[in-house]
Amino acid sequence: MRRLTRDRVLSIGLIAPSLIAVAVFVYGLIAWTGFVSTTKWNSLSPDYTSTGLDNFVSIFNYPRFQLDLRNTVVFTIFFVGVSLAIGLFLANLLDRKIRGEAVFRSIFLFPMAISFIVTGVVWKWLLTPSAGVNLLLGLDPDTNKWLTDPSVVHLPTGTVLNDIGLGFLATNQWGVPIALLSIVIAAVWQMSGFVMALYLAGLRGIPDELREAARVDGASELGIFRHVVLPLLTPVTVTAVIILGHISLKIYDLTVAMSPTGLGFATDFPATYMWQTSFFANQFARGAAVAIVMLVLIATLIVPYLIWNRRQEVSR
Amino acid sequence: MGKRFSALLAVVALLVLACGGTTATPSPAPSGGQTPAPTATGAPTLAASCQSDASKTPVEVQGWWTTGGEANGFNKIIAMFNDANPTICVYNAAIAGGAGSVAQGRIKAAVLAGLPPDTFQVHMGHELLDTYVNIPGGSVMAPLGTDVIDPAQFPAGVVKIISGADGKIYSVPLNIHRANELWYNKTIFAANNLQPPTTWAEFETAATTLKTAGITPLAIGDSGIWANGMIFETVLIGTLGADAFLGLWTGATSWNDPKVTEALTEYKKILDPANGWINTDHSSLSWDQAADKLIDGTAAMTIMGDWANGEFTAKQFADYGWAPAPGNADVYQALSDSFGLPVKAQHPEQTKLFLAWLGSAEAQAIFNPYKGSIAANVTAGDPPAGELQYNDYQKSAASDWKTNTIVPSMEHGAAANPAWSSAINDVLTTFVTDLDVAAAQSALVTAATGFTQ
Repeated sequence: MRRLTRDRVLSIGLIAPSLIAVAVFVYGLIAWTGFVSTTKWNSLSPDYTSTGLDNFVSIFNYPRFQLDLRNTVVFTIFFVGVSLAIGLFLANLLDRKIRGEAVFRSIFLFPMAISFIVTGVVWKWLLTPSAGVNLLLGLDPDTNKWLTDPSVVHLPTGTVLNDIGLGFLATNQWGVPIALLSIVIAAVWQMSGFVMALYLAGLRGIPDELREAARVDGASELGIFRHVVLPLLTPVTVTAVIILGHISLKIYDLTVAMSPTGLGFATDFPATYMWQTSFFANQFARGAAVAIVMLVLIATLIVPYLIWNRRQEVSR
Repeated sequence: MGKRFSALLAVVALLVLACGGTTATPSPAPSGGQTPAPTATGAPTLAASCQSDASKTPVEVQGWWTTGGEANGFNKIIAMFNDANPTICVYNAAIAGGAGSVAQGRIKAAVLAGLPPDTFQVHMGHELLDTYVNIPGGSVMAPLGTDVIDPAQFPAGVVKIISGADGKIYSVPLNIHRANELWYNKTIFAANNLQPPTTWAEFETAATTLKTAGITPLAIGDSGIWANGMIFETVLIGTLGADAFLGLWTGATSWNDPKVTEALTEYKKILDPANGWINTDHSSLSWDQAADKLIDGTAAMTIMGDWANGEFTAKQFADYGWAPAPGNADVYQALSDSFGLPVKAQHPEQTKLFLAWLGSAEAQAIFNPYKGSIAANVTAGDPPAGELQYNDYQKSAASDWKTNTIVPSMEHGAAANPAWSSAINDVLTTFVTDLDVAAAQSALVTAATGFTQ
């Protein structure tokens, strides 16, 4: 065993508080939540009788939670996809070395500095049919319902799907709720500037020589973008997907401010359900089960990223 | 494009991931059966002056009245108690946030942690009993003796739903609100030669007339689904009658009953966008924004608890009339804010004195005109001269209270276990969009499983 030098003692002493705090307040509580999710604790007095996975079976069979999962998937796809597209587009515009670039960069980045609650309240005002954009643009509130649109777009019910045994896909459970897109708009407004900043940094990291070389070889500008710039931006894209993805999977504040459950759960999310079932229905074990499902969802996104990241470091 | 850059990105990513959790912020009104209070932020108006005085025993009261008449009235009776008891300092640690949404979670967490406030606000009925009293492991609330509350001064129906399975009383009701009330704009009704509808059939006729006149017949603000659930409850009462409605919560009436089908069919008619009887933006409005439609004359009616009376008064709108919701004549659907004593309260003796004051005829007569409710204590008379007096609505409610059949409100915690009312709210959230009567009824039957006693 190595001797405890003064440096070692000092470094252990410095790292210990945060290590202990993280161990208790993050991993300890995750373990505790995992334990609670397998108990019968469904009143204000804790009952630690084990029920195995009953709480999980129960929430997965619960129509509301099924719609919550649908909303999470739909929201994640739209939010991440659109934010990446807009962010990349803006970054390319700003990369033209235009005048006042710093000003534009700040303008696009500013929304990120605002709390989701504030964004939610403002966009709620904007997207309420009787006010906001409908008034500003003179749109008809009866046809532009935004947050209050109850419709869910799904595949057409037809014989083709039924024939191949996929008839269930043409139901609301597998559709896109229109009201949810209003939340996507607000989230994209807030986060696309951040994606732009990431991409801009990535673009600045691409040496001009590479583009020059491609030009000399006769590549078109579009070809350069497609075959030289985009592949080099892959690490940025992965990072952006991870950051946006984890925000999206645990989204709560934005949706609660804009539309807590929505018509027919159009804007309900697992976090909203977790909170309501825990603190209003007193079903703490059920709430814990929802929390664990959310953790698993986020872990499926983060863990591969951490492994990928680790490999990158090793290969260096 | 170096490795250094991707390392930097990784650091940024981890930083953002690490910081992600800190964006959570206290949130505004959720759905759930809470007594609606206008959402507002504002510090408790009672100055915390006496808390720093070491000679006084502090008593913490936690609730969600932070603004408007309810806060003024409550702070007033607290100040009166403090003046009369120089050794005690009761202070109002109310937590702002629509409808007690924040306060309730905070109170439950504090009770679970064994560090409850000395007394806190809770709806009488199942919300009190099933959350805090009749629970495995024993009540976390202390029973209250006759030194705190005299059961003879409260209606038998009220005493029943503040009593635990052991027959002891566990909270002091401060007020009584009525949930099944129809409010209408008098000018619009007069202009269209309408009388307040007494049955749902009459409601339909009136709605058709109003629709033709270009006025929204019924304003709903169900951004919290409970506002819509209250309408469902009035339809249930109107269709089943008071006794069978009570039976729904005790198991005497089956949720499979054909009358429930009838009620759901009527409810569907009211909500159906094809009929156009309700405002299309209901899901983005709160109950008070729906009431505003009555004030500005774009809607003729709204069905809401009698806190709407306070809302109209506060907005200086006098042109409103009231009647029991259609089919709800002689039925008083009640809810009440009550205050209990946690077993682990730090200052039980002083808190008991304060609770006894809250239950007294004198305190209730002074508080309730502010709150817009009526006194739960039957011996409470009119407020003393010089105090705020009851208005016309409250006088009519007080006389109805004495003669009507009393039924509890599900949406406001009185009728059902919180888990059950949450499940019902979930069914209604779906029903409001798909209007599928059969699916809703079977889901209501499922929701009732395990709860009726």
